[in-house]
Amino acid sequence: MDIMGLTAVTLGRKIKEKEITVKEAAQAALAQIEAAEADINAYVTVFDKEAVFRRADEVQKGIEDGTLTNPLAGVPVAIKDNMCTKGIRTTCSSKILENFEPTYTAEAVVNLEKAGAVLIGKTNMDEFAMGSTTETSAYGETKNPWNTGHVPGGSSGGSCAAVAAQECSYALGSDTGGSIRQPSSFCGVTGLKPTYGTVSRYGLIAYGSSLDQIGPVAKDVTDCAVILETIASYDPKDSTSVKRDDYDFTSALKEDVKGMKIGLPRDYFGEGLDSGVKNSVLQAAKELEERGAILEEFDLGLVEYAIPAYYVIAAAEASSNLARFDGVKYGYRTEESEGLHQMYKKTRSEGFGAEVKRRIMLGSFVLSSGYYDAYYLKALRTKALIKQEFDKAFENYDLILGPAAPTTAPKLGESLSDPIKMYLGDIYTISVNLAGLPGISLPCGLDQNGLPIGVQLIGDCFQEKNIIRAAYALEQTRTYVQPEMVRR
Amino acid sequence: MANIISDETIEYVGILAKLELSGEEKEQAKKDIGSMLDYIDKLNELDTTNIEPMSHVFPVHNVFREDIVTNGDDREQILANAPEEKNGAFMVPKTFD
Amino acid sequence: MANYETVIGLEVHVELATKTKIFCGCSTAFGGAPNTHTCPVCTGMPGSLPVLNKQVVEYAMAVGLATNCKITQYCRFDRKNYFYPDNPQNYQISQLYLPICRDGGIEIETESGKKVVGIHEIHMEEDAGKLIHDEWEDASLVDFNRSGVPLIEIVSEPDMRSADEVIAYLDKLRTIIQYLGASDCKLQEGSMRADVNLSVREEGAEEFGTRTEMKNLNSFKAIARAIEAEKNRQIDLIKSGEKVIQETRRWDDTKEYSYAMRSKEDAQDYRYFPEPDLVPVVISDEWLEEVKNRQPELRTEKLERYKKEFDIPEYDAQIITASKKMADLFEATVEICKKPKKVSNWLMVETMRLLKESDMEPEDIRFTPENLAKLIQLTEAGTINSSVAKQVFEQMFKDNTDAQQYVEEHGLKMDNDEDGLKKIVEQVIAENPKSVEDYHNGKEKAIGFLVGQTMKATKGKANPGMINKLLKELL
Repeated sequence: MDIMGLTAVTLGRKIKEKEITVKEAAQAALAQIEAAEADINAYVTVFDKEAVFRRADEVQKGIEDGTLTNPLAGVPVAIKDNMCTKGIRTTCSSKILENFEPTYTAEAVVNLEKAGAVLIGKTNMDEFAMGSTTETSAYGETKNPWNTGHVPGGSSGGSCAAVAAQECSYALGSDTGGSIRQPSSFCGVTGLKPTYGTVSRYGLIAYGSSLDQIGPVAKDVTDCAVILETIASYDPKDSTSVKRDDYDFTSALKEDVKGMKIGLPRDYFGEGLDSGVKNSVLQAAKELEERGAILEEFDLGLVEYAIPAYYVIAAAEASSNLARFDGVKYGYRTEESEGLHQMYKKTRSEGFGAEVKRRIMLGSFVLSSGYYDAYYLKALRTKALIKQEFDKAFENYDLILGPAAPTTAPKLGESLSDPIKMYLGDIYTISVNLAGLPGISLPCGLDQNGLPIGVQLIGDCFQEKNIIRAAYALEQTRTYVQPEMVRR
Repeated sequence: MANIISDETIEYVGILAKLELSGEEKEQAKKDIGSMLDYIDKLNELDTTNIEPMSHVFPVHNVFREDIVTNGDDREQILANAPEEKNGAFMVPKTFD
Repeated sequence: MANYETVIGLEVHVELATKTKIFCGCSTAFGGAPNTHTCPVCTGMPGSLPVLNKQVVEYAMAVGLATNCKITQYCRFDRKNYFYPDNPQNYQISQLYLPICRDGGIEIETESGKKVVGIHEIHMEEDAGKLIHDEWEDASLVDFNRSGVPLIEIVSEPDMRSADEVIAYLDKLRTIIQYLGASDCKLQEGSMRADVNLSVREEGAEEFGTRTEMKNLNSFKAIARAIEAEKNRQIDLIKSGEKVIQETRRWDDTKEYSYAMRSKEDAQDYRYFPEPDLVPVVISDEWLEEVKNRQPELRTEKLERYKKEFDIPEYDAQIITASKKMADLFEATVEICKKPKKVSNWLMVETMRLLKESDMEPEDIRFTPENLAKLIQLTEAGTINSSVAKQVFEQMFKDNTDAQQYVEEHGLKMDNDEDGLKKIVEQVIAENPKSVEDYHNGKEKAIGFLVGQTMKATKGKANPGMINKLLKELL
């Protein structure tokens, strides 16, 4: 049986029905990793086989004695390497954490473990989640399973590539400015960024604390809903965690969009958008319309201000969040140094890569004396205005539809040379983080080069069910397409 | 390019961020930060008078812990990743005072 | 030659008396081997997040209310960014933009009269860890046990003009906070720390001079000495035509000298911004009212009550209520022995004397109310005389000795054997004919000497009343 070709929920069901054992599933995942990693490099760390099998046996027992009932019990999962895993090195794809073994596990991962998930590895990413290509990793770039000459997107490129290349059944990613949705779009998988505060950030190594959110990456919408239901929780350890009224995201898995009002922001379809991407996304919108949704174009406003505001806020928070990596308590310390300050400087200069340093410098600058008001406060005011624009939009629409990225996956090495150009690629995803909204990206076609295109659905705060319902309906109109490397 | 970042600024930010850039890196940083700030200056087109800076998206407030000791002695774990330790403490190059 | 006026403002850090740290469930208990009171949060582990201790907010509110501040009903935390090994995240969570209390003040009294010292603001923040120098390795060792201990920083207006006023202000502040139970405020142990901002200006000048900030002041005496030295240093600079530089200086009390804490690696640019990991604190009128209502009896109320309830003089009540520890000790002892005036005498006279002699604060008192009560009961019952009582008390002051046990073990019970004493008195009279003669010549005082000699001969155990009676009979 093609175990790794199954969705997470289907595999979970087959495990419960004793068609497949947990160990067989884990074995299949590890085998595919062994086969694909040389080409893809989706993982920074793959777990020790014996340890995975021990865990598989444990979960098998739990399923058999009825203690593990979650649909994901026994299903192999990969975790982005910015989520702490007890006793297993967690690097954020940075040299500065090359030997860091956390003594605790991120809350979202704890929730998965409680549900009987079998962890098989930690996925590659842009260093400290700063990037859109997974090329800034200190452990080599990840390649796109659809075409290894292209990037998988980022920063959760490892998680998305691993799902697309079937090196795991599903994965967790994190999204600060599009880091789940954009690589999901580039890799032809489905990725969901929940409302800020829905999934605990405890144990997620922070990039931009006010923007970061953990979410699922999977083969389809059903998987995403089930995973979200499993990882979402109110966590007293995370002060920004929100106690929600509803966590039953799977109840929205209905093929029913009748009367749903969908807004298409004109600015999301304007200049800079690749025509192939535009056509596929509009086609997806039409399919929803055919099933009863009401489409309307509208002006969202302020779209072009989201990127500058985002880069000020994210860089400022990052400059402070990453100050703790100093060679004192954990991680890399420079070999030789004279005195404390030199130890700090050498450790950090040797431990961080170019993009991380660039953002730390920018963040330190915008917070420094004399610039705080002009840059940081200005960005926070812009954020307030952007939030207002979305509030206005959601008075009229149940959800917003647009592309996840202006293009399909660029070639390796093309993006990093011009940071502004790279940042512009985040234009459709970034404002969602600023406003704390939920968003999903799901496949809606291939471009002329055979690379996947993603459509993005954005909901109002706490309205994940709207986007899940629409995404599910849209998904029913097409079959899941796999990259050639895994077509059997 | 309106934002000319001087050598002094790069030097100063390096002190703040504890980063030591090579000559080449400094030149690159000057260029990059300059062009990023130019781009960020776009925000000045927006009138934000009377707009409150928004740090939290949701009006969540008053998240507290009760004053109850919940942690025991985890020293071994805390020191597990220390680059250098001695007598149960993290060892660092001599501080000034 | 111009006369100079000294302008002083204080930044006082107070460690709050919570059981746990400000952002995690680690104990704040003193001592403990290095890093045994730590967790991922207070050691800045990646991915850890802070959660605010509610008690910290309530203590800060209580101190604000007791110092006549306005409580900021929407307040927030900010990050103060700077690198130092005792600061695990390399930022300190503090409050800059919206501190919890503002615009208060307390009245102080010195020889130059009464005045109000304004309080600019009070904010909540976390303490740093401790650095220990390791001579052997020529390195520093970091202990995070104190990292994350809650502090409030009380920032005064530059309203003080002398060391006397500074001491009076600190003393008043300390009493208030101790009464609230918000901190024990021990300067020596660092649970209360004062940084002195000082500038000088010509008398009558309107503008303030350039100020310096003095750190590392661990006692009232050190503060007074540092103020005197810094004032003189600044005046000398100005007189010799030099400028005072705005800087932070560190006081070395043994050398009575301060030096600038400067480094080219310190930019003093803290890049404050709102802490994204914490949500705002909103203080409702109801909550404020609740904290107000819970406020314990403060000094003035206690003083009045002591006068009424225990019938002790104003002077006694003043001294006893000057420290919360003393007042608590007083009440607890009276509760056991029911002799308020006796208790107050022991506290005011012997206790104060010994504290002064050993350079201790009332907070450092080691003896318990139980033992003081026992001592008073022994004296009252005539089991020991007053000179023995003093001797026992001195011992008790040192190590909280059990009075009853000590008296028994050392055979210090008052000797009431009249016949035995008579023999000794007769002997003393025989050995001191000069004093006897003086007495007979009308020098009443001579009898005192004879009492003393008798006491000495009985090793202090005799009943003084009995000696007097016998002497008068026999002379």
